[in-house]
Amino acid sequence: MGTMTIAKGINNGLRAAMERDPKVVLMGEDIGKLGGVFRVTDGLQKDFGEDRVIDTPLAEAGIVGTAIGMALRGYRPVVEIQFDGFIYPAFDHIVSQVAKMRARSLGKIKLPMVIRIPVGGGIGAVEHHSESNEAYFAHTAGLKVVCCSNAEDAYWMIQQAIESDDPVLFYEPKRRYWDKGEVDESAAPRPLLKAQVVREGTDATLVAYGPMVKTCLQAAEAAAAEGKNLEVIDLRTLSPLDLDTVAASVEKTGRTIVVHEASTFLGLGAEVAAALQQRCFYHLEAPVLRVGGYNLPYPPSKLEEEFLPDLDRVLDAVDRSLAF
Amino acid sequence: MSDNAVASTGEKAGTTPHEEEVLAELTAPVPEVGDGGPEMVQLLTPEGQRVENVEYDEYVKDLSDEDLRGFYRDLVLIRRVDAEATALQRQGELGIWASLLGQEAAQVGSGRAMRPQDYAFPTYREHGVAWCRGVDPLNLLGLFRGVNHGGWDPNEKNFHLYTIVIGAQTLHATGYAMGIQRDGDVGTGDQDRDAAVIAYFGDGATAQGDVNESFVYAAVNNAPVVFFCQNNQWAISEPNERQTRIPLYQRARGFGFPGVRVDGNDVLAVYAVTQQALNAARSGNGPTFIEAYTYRMGAHTTSDDPTKYRVSAEVEVWKHRDPIERLKSYLVHTQKADQDFFDAVEAEGDELAVTVREGCLNMADPTPDSMFDHIYVEEHPVVEAERKEFAAYHAGFEGEGSH
Repeated sequence: MGTMTIAKGINNGLRAAMERDPKVVLMGEDIGKLGGVFRVTDGLQKDFGEDRVIDTPLAEAGIVGTAIGMALRGYRPVVEIQFDGFIYPAFDHIVSQVAKMRARSLGKIKLPMVIRIPVGGGIGAVEHHSESNEAYFAHTAGLKVVCCSNAEDAYWMIQQAIESDDPVLFYEPKRRYWDKGEVDESAAPRPLLKAQVVREGTDATLVAYGPMVKTCLQAAEAAAAEGKNLEVIDLRTLSPLDLDTVAASVEKTGRTIVVHEASTFLGLGAEVAAALQQRCFYHLEAPVLRVGGYNLPYPPSKLEEEFLPDLDRVLDAVDRSLAF
Repeated sequence: MSDNAVASTGEKAGTTPHEEEVLAELTAPVPEVGDGGPEMVQLLTPEGQRVENVEYDEYVKDLSDEDLRGFYRDLVLIRRVDAEATALQRQGELGIWASLLGQEAAQVGSGRAMRPQDYAFPTYREHGVAWCRGVDPLNLLGLFRGVNHGGWDPNEKNFHLYTIVIGAQTLHATGYAMGIQRDGDVGTGDQDRDAAVIAYFGDGATAQGDVNESFVYAAVNNAPVVFFCQNNQWAISEPNERQTRIPLYQRARGFGFPGVRVDGNDVLAVYAVTQQALNAARSGNGPTFIEAYTYRMGAHTTSDDPTKYRVSAEVEVWKHRDPIERLKSYLVHTQKADQDFFDAVEAEGDELAVTVREGCLNMADPTPDSMFDHIYVEEHPVVEAERKEFAAYHAGFEGEGSH
């Protein structure tokens, strides 16, 4: 048991996976001596060598494309994409090759690989450094997409993603990298593909993942001061979605607000809302609401506080839901 | 109806060409057709004369007459399979077929240079390489018939699945080669252990970012990979000059490894050049770029119509460089094979064609619910829910029409 940041949780998780399985290799830009621009791989090249912690050329299609080849040879590559907005050169390999290779082979080969992506805004960065593109990949059959929101999940989920025989996109909430939390390295981890109720409540359900989980927990605290009792669910897995956990909550509260940084238009919230109206139609007391980014290119950082959902926008949606 | 037939009969049907047009066509100069230039490695001339080559002779000196007859057999049989597949497409049994006609020597020469532990990453036209690796031609037909997207086990013959996205496989090949390095299977001196990878691609693919990135990755990692480019002169309708300003093999130098142009219609030269490159890769000397200078005698695929963009005079020039005729000529005048041998190969080809045809016609359609298989290794709730939904939907029709 110890207190650590999310970044350190992932670092420790990577280390544990590498110690356990010599086929686990890390690939990415600046992940060696520098330890990655967010220091998530700090110290790993020193301890595991340049053959297992590979500083790659600056070409994302090349990173993912060669990682595919390494996986075909029996390795378990863990790829770091430096920023969310840099994934697109590799998009073709992820969607056309990583996602489809198993089906193409009629199940004769598998591609166990993890693609780590720091996600989201709120760090005052320049363009392409603050995006939330998880829906692109959640929309692609053949991929699994998960997102951690706290240090304990960071530590366990990265190991579970590496152990998965399916390719996993692993989103890391970059503005929360330095948030600390308790990690019990000897406890049994939660299943990777399950959502978690992180705060119990009765009046409405907030559904979030990644960086917005903290925002929703803060909103729930603020609402509690006004006598509103909100339940908060951390989705954790975006593909597949654990709709059972969400539906069970909604059947209890009757009201749901889905919160994410990504644009609401055709985002994860749209899928959750559609699924809930099918599964919980007679339990719903109000329409499922969504709070997210606006449908526009991520704005300059001076405007990002206006763009990103925050505590007030979440509470505003809660009020609208309760007033319906 | 074939697209070619549409073009040759349909285009001018009902119209009388102007006299000047006819005259212009008859008197048009034969286009300049490249011959690969003096730097191209050639061991057999188009007439089948053996040319000495100080650097490459050693790679073919141990080939027995039986080996050479084996090359001939490979070339003829894979051409026969290819012709049968084209016919099957014309008869509606395949959705499409990408013919290797004219490129047999490039594929057989390189394919036969591989050792069992080497690994090939093909495009979608490497039927000759597949043949050399022992992949059943029917496996290839499944994809073109639409019963699967490939479906063979790549690790059975170390022949990866066909890759349709142009050039993507060069990165997979490079990564695989990086895995070989980490396994320690390079430079041990053990003939049965040291391994290399061949990445196949075409002249069109050399414009792709993936191919150029694979060169970078292979170079900085000194990966045991051979980049085997079949320059068949045409990227569908676009000639070489739409892809490159310099001969393709010269590009390798800029990436920091050797490039060599070989006569892609000379199976001996291709075998020799590929041997050298694979040896270098296996022994830890890194990548080589091979440009096999050849020609796509047929259409890009059965959906293509080359009469719209290239002249028949060019095809005629290349007919004289046919890979099978030159080896046959060599075998005949060196008395390494007799007529009985050629007849036997011909008969074997006919038998093989029948097998391929029957196998194609008897290929079972996939069951509808099989489309939900193999999306993930682990069970996936969405896939399973939709599989059930699909079954329930179809079960609803059961018994309909029987009353």
